[in-house]
Amino acid sequence: MLLACPPVKPAPFEYHAPERLDEAAQLLAEHADEAKILAGGQSLIPMLALRLTSFPHLVDLGRVADLRGVEQANGSVRVKAMTTQAAIEKDASVGAAVPLLAKAIPLIGHFQIRNRGTVGGSIAHADPASELPAVALALDASIEVTGKGGTRTVAAADFFEGTWTTAMAEDEILSAVSFPTWSGTTGFGVEELARRHGDFAIAGVVAGVELDGSSVKRAAIALFGMDSTPVRASSAEAAVTGTSGAAADLEAAGQAAVAELDPPTDIHGSSAYRKKVGAVLVARALTQALEEARRG
Amino acid sequence: MAEFPVSVTVNGQARRGTVEARKTLADWLRDDCNLTGTHLGCEHGVCGACTVIMDGVAVRSCLVFAVQADGSEVTTIEGLAAEDGTLHPVQDAFQKCHGLQCGFCTPGFIVSVASFLEEHPNPDDTEIREGLSGNICRCTGYQGILQAVKMAAETMQSA
Repeated sequence: MLLACPPVKPAPFEYHAPERLDEAAQLLAEHADEAKILAGGQSLIPMLALRLTSFPHLVDLGRVADLRGVEQANGSVRVKAMTTQAAIEKDASVGAAVPLLAKAIPLIGHFQIRNRGTVGGSIAHADPASELPAVALALDASIEVTGKGGTRTVAAADFFEGTWTTAMAEDEILSAVSFPTWSGTTGFGVEELARRHGDFAIAGVVAGVELDGSSVKRAAIALFGMDSTPVRASSAEAAVTGTSGAAADLEAAGQAAVAELDPPTDIHGSSAYRKKVGAVLVARALTQALEEARRG
Repeated sequence: MAEFPVSVTVNGQARRGTVEARKTLADWLRDDCNLTGTHLGCEHGVCGACTVIMDGVAVRSCLVFAVQADGSEVTTIEGLAAEDGTLHPVQDAFQKCHGLQCGFCTPGFIVSVASFLEEHPNPDDTEIREGLSGNICRCTGYQGILQAVKMAAETMQSA
């Protein structure tokens, strides 16, 4: 027999839907660790539904109009936090300015997820297997976080502290992310291994290169799914910089990238498997980036 | 728990109600609007059976709280066919190509594909497979579904 009032899955919570960022910050300050921000909800709502987590208060940013949109200025693209991943995917001017975003976003979940999922939400959630934190890290993005006292900027390198843990205080809201635009002869690549398109990455790599003639002048590489945070592969960047980007150089960079990592083991792959895959993906992502750069 | 008023245009018809904040759009459509065509499989965003179109884009209705949908326009599987019962081209193609078997996943597939084809009117096989990757079918083996998407794309383009 059907219940007259069927059960709902998440634990009860108080719902707040502020229309301004300062109201949202005020609500967070009031409820401190009892409150959680609801952005696109594509990670939070499953966790609530499975009762992996619960919060007495949810502060929904969906009605804060000022948190949506993209601005391009001063050599970077500033994406306001509640801009959906789909909106960025469909914005050709963002893809031209920050090609890594255009290449990485289609790998996030499925199109139905990207229609709700937000850029800020993905970065604030800081899942170690997700794409956008790695893009932010590789590009040295600046992350704006707003509390009731105002807004401060955190470098991506200082932002990710552990699985689902960031440098934001409990009463702060990620309000925007600025991704630098690269100039010169550049190319970008994203490689990811997942069980099927849109699943969590077993391992993934984002990479950018800038060429000076035929040699690599600058490289930026970040791995995801390989540690409790996305990882910047500085030693691999150093290994490939100054070379012509020949196959052996890229292979060496791949080895350098995973040399000091101790990736997690789970049902989808052992730590050793992830290291092997990670090294291969670094070489492939660099190949992709170099091909794009050489095409000009 | 406090209840919140919601007002949503569902399949062209204004629907009003009050909900607990934790009630999903999927549960609200099924329980409060009696639109049980939207199916709930996993209820945590993996299977795609609950896909509906909200403000013009396909979303998983189990990953939207009904309060978040307040003021929006939603199309469910019930809203795709014409009023005289003429099937939507995607529904028609699923029927003709055996794109379904038990039918549980079908509403989610059809709504997803209808939305996908709006944005990709002439998709290649890779695009179709990516477009279908957010929906799980346990009966068909997907081949009939792939054929149905191709047929629907042709029908919709020639229409």
